[in-house]
Amino acid sequence: MLYTLLCYNKEDVVWSWSKEEDDAVMNRLATVHEKLVKEGKLGPSLRLLPTTAATTLRGGGIVIDGPFAETKEQLLGFYVIDVENLDAALAVAKELSAANPTSVYEIRPIALYVPEARPNAPTQMIKVY
Amino acid sequence: MTDLAWIHGALTAARPQAVGALLRYFRDMDRAEEAFQDACLRALKNWPEKGPPRDPTAWLILVGRNAALDGVRKQSRTTQLPPDEEISDLEDAESQLAERLDGSHYRDDVLRLLFICCHPDLPATQQIALALRIVSGLTVTQIARAFLVSEAAMEQRITRAKARIAQRNKEGADVPFEAPGPVERAERVAAVAAMIYLLFNEGYSAGNDSQRAPLCDEAIRLARLLLRLFQTEPEIMGLTGLMLLQQSRLAARFDANGEVILLDDQDRSLWDPKLISEGLALVDKAIRHNRPGPYQVQAAIAATHSRAATAAETDWAGIDGLYLALERMQPSPVITLNRAVAVAKLHGPAAALEMIEPLEQALSGYFHYFGARGAFLLQLGRNKEARTAFDRAIALANTPAEAAHIRRHLDRLMKEAGEKV
Repeated sequence: MLYTLLCYNKEDVVWSWSKEEDDAVMNRLATVHEKLVKEGKLGPSLRLLPTTAATTLRGGGIVIDGPFAETKEQLLGFYVIDVENLDAALAVAKELSAANPTSVYEIRPIALYVPEARPNAPTQMIKVY
Repeated sequence: MTDLAWIHGALTAARPQAVGALLRYFRDMDRAEEAFQDACLRALKNWPEKGPPRDPTAWLILVGRNAALDGVRKQSRTTQLPPDEEISDLEDAESQLAERLDGSHYRDDVLRLLFICCHPDLPATQQIALALRIVSGLTVTQIARAFLVSEAAMEQRITRAKARIAQRNKEGADVPFEAPGPVERAERVAAVAAMIYLLFNEGYSAGNDSQRAPLCDEAIRLARLLLRLFQTEPEIMGLTGLMLLQQSRLAARFDANGEVILLDDQDRSLWDPKLISEGLALVDKAIRHNRPGPYQVQAAIAATHSRAATAAETDWAGIDGLYLALERMQPSPVITLNRAVAVAKLHGPAAALEMIEPLEQALSGYFHYFGARGAFLLQLGRNKEARTAFDRAIALANTPAEAAHIRRHLDRLMKEAGEKV
């Protein structure tokens, strides 16, 4: 079974950490990551940039500055895409939105991306019934 | 990270909004600050035992307000403060208050607090010092250290600035506590942005001085705060992006001896990719608005450098065009001087020299003018004139690192030219 673990915190606090504080947390996490890699449990992981860098695409192609801020909807999935810039990212989001018009897509740049490390990682979509 | 470090971070993050709300409530800066201080002390006592509240900011505002009101009562008759048991049980009151802290109130509270610090009557250094004290919550000792002055001098400077604001407030001439109209709000945002950039430059020009460099981080923190309040303002995106991109080069700007390394010669692998990604994302966001402004253009220039994998790959034509746009927005000899650097790369040093020659009078006291002039002359082989320019630059240097950088040019010049000069 595949799971995603979503990490929440107060971003104004986290992005005010000094370099030493940030490094300390990241080093402690790295130890856990290493262990999980050895155990063959860790897929790709990533750290997002602050929501101030986010843009949101609503149905009908409406682009809004800032993060998705409603609390009535829930996070249902996410993509990692590799494109040139925000316009290109928005173009991808628009394609997805056309296929799934009631959903909202927040485009948030990634601060740190750690790729898949497992040799026997799943290569095709897992169907969950 | 210990609980205490977390609490400290949460208190710092909550400070602008909490002090801003308390200021609206009490209409008095000293009382607002005291009330917040009081609330912080209680938080340090309560939170480790009971866990942090769901909404730390709302908790601090409520407790700060009650503590200040108790203080008033206590002055008139000596009554006991309520036991801590009572104030820790704030769940209901806290969520009610959180609901009342609606977006616009919150936004104007923080903006007002920032704006009070950038009163045009106050000289730039006082504006920054005041913002660091009131909004960021730095101690006078920390601020004094950052400005390289004695604690007593800084204490006096801040007290004087506060007195001036209080005086203006009394005269009713100043920052009103009603919600500002759109024009007024835009003016406040612009003044605050300028103050934040001053703060950044104060740290940036100090370079690798570890006492002052944190000023840049604080400026970025305040810019992110301002951007959260005004998510759709392209100039605030530009300002934040500009500072992030400039700060991304910190580790590459100085060598082991603390001497300046120019952009062309920097080891780009030392640039911070996280800050660059965030900066570029903000520049992209801003450009989509099609409402260009000086911060956005400067950020776009910084972004052009960030996007070049090597100095040789820099899009100098793009940079020249951006400086031209900036020159039109805010004509200034300093901007023309900057453009000349791009022109030198595109059309050679002779064209650049011709461009900056008319600026000599306006920039006769400006270190970078003579540094650039010397460099262009050097490239043209006019070594004797280059020496004269470099000598003037050294005399005008703002920091030892700047002077040392020019002196290196001079040394090389003497070595290469031998007795010919």
